[in-house]
Amino acid sequence: MRDIVLIGLNHKTASVDVRECIAFTADETDRALKMLREDPAIGESVLFSTCNRIELLMVADEGQKAINTAKQFLAAFKNVPIAQFESSLYQYQGDDAVRHTFQVAASLDSMVVGEPQILGQMKAAYRKATLESTSGVILNKLLHRTFFVAKKVRTETGIGDHAVSISYAAIELGKKIFGDLAGKQVMLIGAGEMAELAVDHLIRNRAGTITVANRTFARGVELAERFFGQAIKFEEIVDTIKDVDIVISSTGATDYVLGKAQIKKAMRSRRNRSLFFIDIAVPRDIDPEINRINNAYVYDIDDLKGIVDENVEDRQREATKAQRIIDEAVIGFRKWYDTLAVVPTIVALRGKVEAVARQELEKTLGTLGHLPDGDKQAIKRMTDALVNKILHEPTHFLKKNGCYGDKTATLELTRKLFNLE
Amino acid sequence: MESVFIIATILYLLSCTGYLGYLFFQREPLQRMAMGLMLTGFVLHSIYLVVCGLRAGNFPVNNLHETLSVTAWAIAAVFLAFSWGYKLKILGIYAAPLISMTMVAAHHMPDTVAQDPRLFKSWWLAAHIITTFLGNAAFALGGGLGLLYLLQENAIKKKIRGFFFSRLPSLELLDTTGYACIVAGFSMITIGLITGVIYAKAVWGRFWSWDPKEVWAAITWVFYAALLHERLTVGWRGRRAAIMAMVGFGVLLFTFFGVNFLLKGHHGTFTAM
Repeated sequence: MRDIVLIGLNHKTASVDVRECIAFTADETDRALKMLREDPAIGESVLFSTCNRIELLMVADEGQKAINTAKQFLAAFKNVPIAQFESSLYQYQGDDAVRHTFQVAASLDSMVVGEPQILGQMKAAYRKATLESTSGVILNKLLHRTFFVAKKVRTETGIGDHAVSISYAAIELGKKIFGDLAGKQVMLIGAGEMAELAVDHLIRNRAGTITVANRTFARGVELAERFFGQAIKFEEIVDTIKDVDIVISSTGATDYVLGKAQIKKAMRSRRNRSLFFIDIAVPRDIDPEINRINNAYVYDIDDLKGIVDENVEDRQREATKAQRIIDEAVIGFRKWYDTLAVVPTIVALRGKVEAVARQELEKTLGTLGHLPDGDKQAIKRMTDALVNKILHEPTHFLKKNGCYGDKTATLELTRKLFNLE
Repeated sequence: MESVFIIATILYLLSCTGYLGYLFFQREPLQRMAMGLMLTGFVLHSIYLVVCGLRAGNFPVNNLHETLSVTAWAIAAVFLAFSWGYKLKILGIYAAPLISMTMVAAHHMPDTVAQDPRLFKSWWLAAHIITTFLGNAAFALGGGLGLLYLLQENAIKKKIRGFFFSRLPSLELLDTTGYACIVAGFSMITIGLITGVIYAKAVWGRFWSWDPKEVWAAITWVFYAALLHERLTVGWRGRRAAIMAMVGFGVLLFTFFGVNFLLKGHHGTFTAM
């Protein structure tokens, strides 16, 4: 029986610099999948990499061996010593791996719980895996189930409202400052799930040009294209800020990207027009002191959360509900997974009975040489029908009905009864 | 005619409660009702002023009663015009009580006849009075908008979404409306000053006599001129502009009433009790 195993690291276990070292670009993912496909220790694999997490989901004959292989693979592929990231890795097997996958897709494990982009990113990762045909029967089933569960969590609980409401809260605040967001210039510093979501919201509110500043200029250009905006160099931020109205910042920088003195100067050259900072980064990018400057408003993620979190009990209830949906789904998947182990037993059982029937048929027909061919065919058909009739109930029993609890015990008994193997 | 004045006052007061209700319950019909009451009160009030003016044969600012009444009327006029133009319904919560209070105060003042009606017969004077009162009313609203701006700004800066956050409009709207009030007020009092000076020449034979009223009017004018200048050149907007609009309104109040009560001048008759 094959194992489902998962190794990965995320924003909770690994710092940004570790995540940066391990993160896979789209091209790298393709190459990595090709290499993983060739690895004998790993059966199926899906590789999933965003700015907040890198996860490798695998199916292997021997779980532990696959995990070790995968670690070495990561180290070799990214050219990073294992020691540098091993302590940040988490690993799950079986139901735990399944549960984790469900939780990630349902955005319960996200930095901003409930943000919706993770599901799309996971779907993209799965598409890659199917294109490279590294995903097989088990992962196909698991990921389809995952997407179903994520959707169910989204529609049946309020967990998604939370993330949406954070960027919604930011937009509402913007409206309280600017009145109308139409034509307001937006600057996106860095990138990230939440920040991009907020930009999407702003675009929907007919905001003006989107300027993207990213440490990696190429990534900035990529994002700017997506938002039909323009990319600038990271060094140009301070010069450009006098022309923008809303700044959304979400970089991995450990220090403030923008300080009070810089903004104070910029406020003069922008003739004190209001400037609204939405700081989604953790640690923060925008010096909170900037909020003290006239007509400059700084909201960090906690402020926005604070606005949304007016009812903690509601959120707790929604989280519990989401957890229940996921637990149910894990049990459901486990049932399906177990039938996988049943299949070899059923195949063996059928093989055994058919072999007996064939043997006996040959023996009998050998002594009945005088029978016309039509009659011989009739006897053959009768034997096949007998085999099917006999196997029908046991097969049905093994597949679902009457087989509660520990299925492996029943399978064991079946194998003993018929002396299979 | 006194009954018309009282009915108008009652309508303003009802409008005031309508706006209060709108502030608390945020129901659109309340706001429409309050606006309707205000408009009706304003029309009655206008009729009352016209009749009084025709009866006396001059502009009805002969004593404090009439002056306050015209002040209330001017605020109502400017408020109706601005809430029409800027869709700033919530401003009523400031304007309606202000108008009502002025009307009630006016009602408590004795309505005595002026000493020297000859002084009041001039078109220059009529222009002077109308523009000055309308200008002052615009400044009064500008001050109120400054107050509302500070309330809203405080809610946003302190990140406390309290009572006013959802009820007040955007900072941008408060700021631009406040600015429009100051511009309108400034234009009006500029005309008011010019016509006043011309009228002074006609009555007293000289343009400027260093009367305390004149001096304070000049101070008020310079104050608002500076406010507008700073806004246009270095972009004084938002918080600072709001505070200045409120301070300006304070200076204006002193020029309007304080000078008459504390310093003696040739405008004393208008506020005689």
